[in-house]
Amino acid sequence: MSPVSRGFRGRSRVPAEEEDRVPPGQHVTKDFPVLSAGPTPHTPLPEWTFSITQGGDTLKSWTWRELQALPAETVTVDIHCVTRWSKLGTQWRGVPVDTLLDQVAADAPYVLAFCDGGYTTNLPTEDVTGGRAWVAFGYDGEPLPPEHGGPARLLVPHLYFWKSAKWVRGLELRDHDAPGFWETYGYHMYGDPWKQQRYAGD
Amino acid sequence: METTAVRRRLTWQAAAVTSIARETASVVTIELEPPDWPGHLAGQHLDVRLTAEDGYTAERSYSIASAPNEQLAITVERLENGEVSPYLTEELRAGDQLELRGPIGGYFVWEPTDDSPLMLIAGGSGVVPLRSMLRHRLRAGSDVPARLLYSSRTLPDVIYRGELDQYGDGVRVICTLTRSQPPGWTGYSGRVNTAMLAETVWPASQHPLAFVCGPTTFVEAVAENLIGLGYPSERIKTERFGGT
Amino acid sequence: MDAVDGNAIGGLLIDVFGTEMTAANSTCGTCGTGRPVAELVVYRRAPGTVVRCRTCGSVLMVFVKVHGVTCVDLDGLASLSQLVARGDS
Repeated sequence: MSPVSRGFRGRSRVPAEEEDRVPPGQHVTKDFPVLSAGPTPHTPLPEWTFSITQGGDTLKSWTWRELQALPAETVTVDIHCVTRWSKLGTQWRGVPVDTLLDQVAADAPYVLAFCDGGYTTNLPTEDVTGGRAWVAFGYDGEPLPPEHGGPARLLVPHLYFWKSAKWVRGLELRDHDAPGFWETYGYHMYGDPWKQQRYAGD
Repeated sequence: METTAVRRRLTWQAAAVTSIARETASVVTIELEPPDWPGHLAGQHLDVRLTAEDGYTAERSYSIASAPNEQLAITVERLENGEVSPYLTEELRAGDQLELRGPIGGYFVWEPTDDSPLMLIAGGSGVVPLRSMLRHRLRAGSDVPARLLYSSRTLPDVIYRGELDQYGDGVRVICTLTRSQPPGWTGYSGRVNTAMLAETVWPASQHPLAFVCGPTTFVEAVAENLIGLGYPSERIKTERFGGT
Repeated sequence: MDAVDGNAIGGLLIDVFGTEMTAANSTCGTCGTGRPVAELVVYRRAPGTVVRCRTCGSVLMVFVKVHGVTCVDLDGLASLSQLVARGDS
């Protein structure tokens, strides 16, 4: 281990009253860091769609208006980024992924979220259903800002936040779990923050 | 003394902090004595690594403020919400050790063997590597004509102000203050823009070499303007520090 | 958070390639544009470091550090060439 730097503490410790809400290895932040692997995309809303696909076919697609017409929920959740910050009590508005998948006859054990700019991330279907995930277009009472994934991002708060894909445009149904962008480079296929599943093999 | 060829790996070494001098309310210059420093070129940077007691580490890069063959120094600006800069600017003391590795960089470097008119353009703490170039030029006895266009928020934010005031004919220092100017201010006001650049930079016909350093948006706007003023892109060297 | 440029990953590139690489010439595998590595667009606040072509935005290099081992993907580059060192750093 490298020599200790006298007096260096890193980010602030977790307040005692928040300890059970913060997974191991995380610190709590009051701001909302912007992390990106590329420039912020800007798809005009009249061109925007969200699709469920399978084997190259589009099973169902919603325009922005159609998505807005679906029943939406406001939820308050804690989010945990693999780069070690956690933000507690974040408020989002979006359509549950259950609502979208219910409108599609097909079924599959895995999904691959795909996004403007080419980003992808993989998840088991059961982790985006059962009330555990949303296509979110509102944050903190306002439209989701582009730098945080607006117009819409996937929101899957029980997993590390790289799974909550920004600028999401759809879900591809898959029989096998295929690694998305970060998973290909060694990030964990599942990503449970409570088990510190940051990297493959953790 | 010849600088040694760098084919070896960069290794971390613990340097003694010999002094910390305050430049502005949020900026300090830290002098360092690493046990095994191979020397550096003007414009290069070094990486700093801090280690907490639980083994957590944080690394950042800082431009070298000193000229080659001077006492090694870095200049650090305290960033709001920063993790490393608040420690370096407020906690670190002379007598502490600081882990570093370097020097790093082969693109954003200036050597006096290049006799092109030198055009240095800095936004905020982007002035640090350019100051190393000016100090090197002076110590090397170079008569390459040089200009520095330096953008800061207010007069108290101007880093190395006393030193920059001392430059004579060979180096023209032009300051612009973007947020507020003191009474009687005779320098420029407002952000660097096309008109200001047209008035202050070496004409492209003189084949100048430009170094632009500072926040990303600043660097990109300036570089684009220099191209518009006829500078070939290969004569514009850029170093972006990232915005907030 | 703004992107930076290849200067910011000088140390990482020395770790990976064993030598200074910011002045090396890169050629984008998608649009063919050549430029020094120092002038590429670098996103480093993500879970890894992503380096993109400044002209077309394609991903040229990705670096991810997993348990102390750096995973390097250079697929997006058509070429990367470095002049023989002149004997200075």
